Amino acid sequence: MSKVIVVTSGKGGVGKTTTSASFACGLAQHGYKTAVIDFDIGLRNLDLIMGCERRVVYDFVDVINGDAKLEQALIRDKRVPNLFILPASQTKDKDALTKDGVGKVLDRLRETYDYIVCDSPAGIEHGAFIALYYADEALIITNPEVSSVRDSDRILGILASKSYRAEEGLEPVKEMLILTRYSPDLVHKGEMLSIDDILDILSIPLLGVVPESKAVLQASNSGIPIIMNQKSNAGMAYSDLVKRFFGEDQSHRFITMKKKGFLSRFLRN
Amino acid sequence: MGILDCFQNTRTNTASIAKERLKIVVSHERSLRHGQLDYLPSMQQDILDVIKKYIEIDNDQLKMNIEHDDNYEVLEMNITFPDSQNLFKPIEP
Repeated sequence: MSKVIVVTSGKGGVGKTTTSASFACGLAQHGYKTAVIDFDIGLRNLDLIMGCERRVVYDFVDVINGDAKLEQALIRDKRVPNLFILPASQTKDKDALTKDGVGKVLDRLRETYDYIVCDSPAGIEHGAFIALYYADEALIITNPEVSSVRDSDRILGILASKSYRAEEGLEPVKEMLILTRYSPDLVHKGEMLSIDDILDILSIPLLGVVPESKAVLQASNSGIPIIMNQKSNAGMAYSDLVKRFFGEDQSHRFITMKKKGFLSRFLRN
Repeated sequence: MGILDCFQNTRTNTASIAKERLKIVVSHERSLRHGQLDYLPSMQQDILDVIKKYIEIDNDQLKMNIEHDDNYEVLEMNITFPDSQNLFKPIEP
């Protein structure tokens, strides 16, 4: 049975699109037919992160309005089999994302895809609301930073009260936390909220912790989802969390401070 | 601990400050969301009215908050008194 998974956070710039790209890529690498949809109408970016920006012809809104067929708008990823991208519209009005229109497109996708990943825009306005509305599961992206944690809690409230599942009295949306830009060194120094601090406040299960890494910027520079760079800690953290998503027992890596050499320890803590 | 630490001031642990602040604001926002405490604003107004019978304070000088812990809830009430020397002098009826 196919699943709709929203990647959401409330706050902007925490790694929703980075996560959507890598998570969708990971699902497809496991052999599942996966579509990832950009819900950020007017601020399309998933195409850039996935490296398919020059192949966009039709978009999500074209499909909703009946100006293009779904198959015409879906872009097949050239690197990973089973992975398809549905880009957002860059020009049209975001009100084009009607509950009805989005619901129909998702229903069509559910017929042939195993997973449909919805990359939510920031905020709690219409676009973010419609991205999470039909979700079966939600990946909550949070940075270890006060405003991000607070905004994530807001989003959890919306998932619990305004989603389709909530409105219809179905089983609640399954929520999972992904902590991004985590810096074990800062946590050790008491300068950053720890994993336990954040779990204590949000009280939802932890799917993964992605460490702060320069490789993420390099990946977005070149339009390659970070999960494809298995030499980087962040890339490995994404592979781990995808495995965890499929129920594999995978311990969390990159969450403790790096061991320091004798000289650096001597000079500075 | 490195040698240079001897010369540094002890850092304040800002992460624990962050956690405390978040706990308060998130639990407050959750309580509003769940509507469990619909009576809180009107209770706050009633308490305010009682205090005003005796002390001159503004509405925003009374702050109320409910904190949830695992086994108990705490009702926290904060009243800021104005800078007045005759603070406890009763107001003439």
